[in-house]
Amino acid sequence: MHELSVTQALLDLVVQRAATAQAARVTDIYIEIGDLASYVDESIQFYWDIISAGTAAKGARLHFERIPLTMHCTACEKSFQPDGKTFNCPGCGSEKVRVMSGEEFRLVGLDVERAAQPSALEVENG
Amino acid sequence: MAERIAVVEQIMGANERLAAQNRKRLDEAGVFAINLMASPGAGKTSLIEHTVKALRDRHDIAVIDGDVATGIDAGRAAEAGARAVQINTGGECHLDAVMLQEGLEQLDLASVDLLIIENVGNLICPAGFPLGAHKNILIASIPEGADKPYKYPGMYKGVDALVINKIDLRPYVDFDMDYFKTGVEILNPGLLTFPLSCKTGEGLPAWQNWLETLLS
Repeated sequence: MHELSVTQALLDLVVQRAATAQAARVTDIYIEIGDLASYVDESIQFYWDIISAGTAAKGARLHFERIPLTMHCTACEKSFQPDGKTFNCPGCGSEKVRVMSGEEFRLVGLDVERAAQPSALEVENG
Repeated sequence: MAERIAVVEQIMGANERLAAQNRKRLDEAGVFAINLMASPGAGKTSLIEHTVKALRDRHDIAVIDGDVATGIDAGRAAEAGARAVQINTGGECHLDAVMLQEGLEQLDLASVDLLIIENVGNLICPAGFPLGAHKNILIASIPEGADKPYKYPGMYKGVDALVINKIDLRPYVDFDMDYFKTGVEILNPGLLTFPLSCKTGEGLPAWQNWLETLLS
């Protein structure tokens, strides 16, 4: 339900970065999403296709890298991905485990095209 | 020709910056703000009613109430003696920093000590949108079941205190407290926890005393 506002935040960031890089067009966008961040890839892509129209990032492909919830057992030093029913270490059964990753939600890269000469769009927009 | 630009930037940074602005504004006005989050029916509004009644003689309390459509909750907070502002999110599943900013506009912050923000009933989305409150508090409740930390780890991981409401129902409901607490402890070590019942009043004094300490 909240992917529209999340997608808008992504678009604002991408447009700003593209302008700084003097890019004519953004073709691909690379995003890391941890499993604890409750965002749905398909839903972000759906809104993206609508709200990116009219920007330098129109039609850009979104590439999502999912980062699983990963925990680390401080008793036996094993790292693992919990099964959803329990967080206890599957190796030694310990409760002495900590969340290592899975909360990420960040932009990690953009593929851009720079125009040798100002594109028609840039001239039009002044 | 395409070229890769490497960036590492938090996508929700804009909300977080606005949340920091909200915090600054609250601090400047001398307002302590708590953000209450819970599933629908866990007892957010009941806890607010009890809290307002217990503290209203010594503190000026305002409530900002986030709800998808109605004004029922703000009405209950106002009846208990708080100044209440309703924010209807129009279908959004959480409050965000912009909505809180709009809610703050509607209050005379100079005459408020304690601001209670009642987030939209939801265990997923509010965790992703910091508001700028001083304490983020989750209300769990016994009938929801003990598996909620495992199902909604993002919410349990990010809060500063946990209320476990409806403890009077423990004799009637299968709720494995050890299983629940183990999950909570792993996600959020040492989390301050207040088991209580808004129905019987058990445990409410500890919660109220904690708030009083924060306000003094």
